[in-house]
Amino acid sequence: MAEHLLEVRNLSVDFHTAAGTVSAVRNVSWHLDRGETLAILGESGSGKSVSASTIMNLIDMPPGEITSGEVLFEGRDLLKMTDEQRRELNGCRIAMIFQDPLSHLNPVYTVGWQICEMMTVHDVSGDKAKARTLELLRRVGIPNPEAAMGKYPHEFSGGQRQRLMIAMALALKPDILIADEPTTALDVTVQAQVLALLEELQRETGMGLLLITHDLGVVAEIADRVVVMNRGEIVESGDAAEVYRNPRHPYTKRLIDAAPGKGEPREEEDRLGDPLLRVDRLQQHYGAFQALKGASFTVMPGETVAIVGESGSGKSTMARAILRLDEPSGGKVVWKGRDLLQMTPKELFAIRRDIQMVFQDPTQSLNPRMTVYQLISEAWVVHPDILPKARWKERVAELLVQVGLQPDMARRYPHQFSGGQRQRIAIARALALEPKLIICDEAVSALDVSIQAQVIELLDGLRRDLGLSYLFIAHDLPVVRDFADRVIVMKSGEIVEEGHVAQIFDAPRMPYTKALLAASLDPDPVVQEARREARKSEGLIPA
Amino acid sequence: MSQTNTTVFKERGRFGTFIRLLWADKFAFFAALFLLVVVLCAIFGPIWLSDEATRQNLRGRNAPPFELSRGFLYILGADQLGRPLLPRIIVAAQNTMAVAAGAVVCSMIIGSSLGLVAGYSRSRWGGAIMRLGDVIMSFPSLLLAVIVLYMLEPSVANIVLVLAITRIPIYLRTTRAEVLEVRERMFISAARVMGTSDLRIVFRHILPVVMPTLITIATLDFAFVMLAESSLSFLGIGIQPPEITWGLMVSQGRPYLTNAWWLSFWPGLAIILTTLSLNLLSAWMRIALDPVQRWRLEMGGRKNG
Repeated sequence: MAEHLLEVRNLSVDFHTAAGTVSAVRNVSWHLDRGETLAILGESGSGKSVSASTIMNLIDMPPGEITSGEVLFEGRDLLKMTDEQRRELNGCRIAMIFQDPLSHLNPVYTVGWQICEMMTVHDVSGDKAKARTLELLRRVGIPNPEAAMGKYPHEFSGGQRQRLMIAMALALKPDILIADEPTTALDVTVQAQVLALLEELQRETGMGLLLITHDLGVVAEIADRVVVMNRGEIVESGDAAEVYRNPRHPYTKRLIDAAPGKGEPREEEDRLGDPLLRVDRLQQHYGAFQALKGASFTVMPGETVAIVGESGSGKSTMARAILRLDEPSGGKVVWKGRDLLQMTPKELFAIRRDIQMVFQDPTQSLNPRMTVYQLISEAWVVHPDILPKARWKERVAELLVQVGLQPDMARRYPHQFSGGQRQRIAIARALALEPKLIICDEAVSALDVSIQAQVIELLDGLRRDLGLSYLFIAHDLPVVRDFADRVIVMKSGEIVEEGHVAQIFDAPRMPYTKALLAASLDPDPVVQEARREARKSEGLIPA
Repeated sequence: MSQTNTTVFKERGRFGTFIRLLWADKFAFFAALFLLVVVLCAIFGPIWLSDEATRQNLRGRNAPPFELSRGFLYILGADQLGRPLLPRIIVAAQNTMAVAAGAVVCSMIIGSSLGLVAGYSRSRWGGAIMRLGDVIMSFPSLLLAVIVLYMLEPSVANIVLVLAITRIPIYLRTTRAEVLEVRERMFISAARVMGTSDLRIVFRHILPVVMPTLITIATLDFAFVMLAESSLSFLGIGIQPPEITWGLMVSQGRPYLTNAWWLSFWPGLAIILTTLSLNLLSAWMRIALDPVQRWRLEMGGRKNG
């Protein structure tokens, strides 16, 4: 049997918590060769990061305990080495990049210093380290590398920071690069650039790339082989394209089916009559910075309008301005013929019932000190005319059933639920006021793919049953494809393109929309391959 | 076993749950017991023991502790005028508690209310309140106390007032800092979208999050206030003999430290134990009131049950 660069054999890791022992991974085996990209695919809690943490000696022991298995790097078992020996390998032969580069760069040192330090701790002389840093910064595409050496992490954009992390990881020409969700926090166009960079660097250096991700699209874009994990076990592994085409395990099938953007876009309907909401040249300035430069659109009753844009495009600013969470600087928001922005607090209070919002992260949008019952019934404390107190209990149970939860969950606190369930609670709370319009601000982007599909299905069902309208804000185009009637594409505070969902996806008119579509990742490796070729030939995304 | 336990606990209701959570943390349980004893002493002590506590016995001057020949009341020894220490500590609990609790509660309520306003409202009042806090902080608290108590009569109420004023900025600043952070959290936005009034947001959503920090500071402040009160007494502007407080007893025993350590030691021990108990109890309360943390106590309870 040929020796692999890195091999994990029968690894099992337990965590001893107060609630008992949890097996994070059980009997996990995989291997990585030189010049190969292996993706570990799994949803949150699947244990996909645990084996990588074991390799890097990042597991806290206790509470963690490696109960069995070995990790062979060039035939030597890492788990039997001393900490001193492992430190020599870490960073030098095996490097790692993380999801959130800002929290892994020290804010008080310049990036040049930090990359140099990486090398000087591994006995590279100062001058040499400096020269290499400069070379690296140039290689990962940081503009003006000499000046960049003296800058601090906060002076770079998210994508550039991830490039800096990559530069730091590559400083000592490692044999293995472990990337833990390297692009999850990035915009789609930036994500495509960073993945392309990783691929190029891999080809140049011939290192093995271990990619940990939850995103089928990332797997399709970059991976040669894939390992699918669920609940601490490997359910399937093999060639990336093969696994996508012929998934053998039911979990893999479910995961692939749940990937958004495969359904048929909704039929175009003609909606007559007065719009429910009309936003007219809405503006928002923060000092000299214009977050929103006069955006106008309408939402008809029963319609789902999606607003898509990358971070900084002003889409969340718009949602906050419509709800008057922040006072807009100019423009009009007309709700059923009346301007919301001119209303007195008393009139606004009455309107609050009609427009509700579901936030991105349910962990933060639900008060952790209130039970589900208190959270939902607070709506009726604030608006006592909706429901007499005697019926609260009954109605909370009804709402919980409506969003797919059990009525007896009303006594629990938010932290006792999973992310998807919490978002259902947030939706139930929004429904408690019997609104006409629900603004979903990235309501599904913090959720796992399969949960995402369920929540979108729930929202769609509620639209049909209750005749709700949605203003659905997302950064991800495929998510809105199955769900929206119309799509609005935003960029730097302006509406770039607006149209029916089929038109936006099949015949985008504006270059920015085209670039967004080209950058979004399709879970099918074959489709993705074609898309990548097109992207290169048309030069839609500058490297 | 745990099955039967849970059914029993359900029947006990709210008070039962409270006792069970308290029992789960043994330190907190005994701290609560001790505080209960202190409170009972403070309420009933002076009624029963004020005669014994002030009766002079010049033969028993600086009588050492642990001698039962003079009777049980002299178990902790006697002070420089031969007054038994045990009854004196019990009687002094009332004044001490009145001053300390009064000052802490007043400064906490005033300080945190001002802090809530300063943190939550974006109006000019916020700034004005903060400057007020700065003024109080920049003024030496002892000097302020001397001036106020020189002009006013040194009574319990006035001492409470002075001590409360000097401690306000601590609560004010902490509250404001926390409110500024909590105000930006998502669930506050969610409440505003619902049309929740500012008053409800502040009291229902923000205050419960800030409260644990305030309670922790308050318990730490308790000891500080007791000692500050004794230094006022030392300067002759605090509680005056024949009234007694623990702090006053500590400072009265100071000249005799070399030959009669018990004069300062016992009241000092009372101060330490009270503060310690409050601290333990506040640590327990922080966990018990937080639904995310409460399982720690529930787990412990099950293990012991």
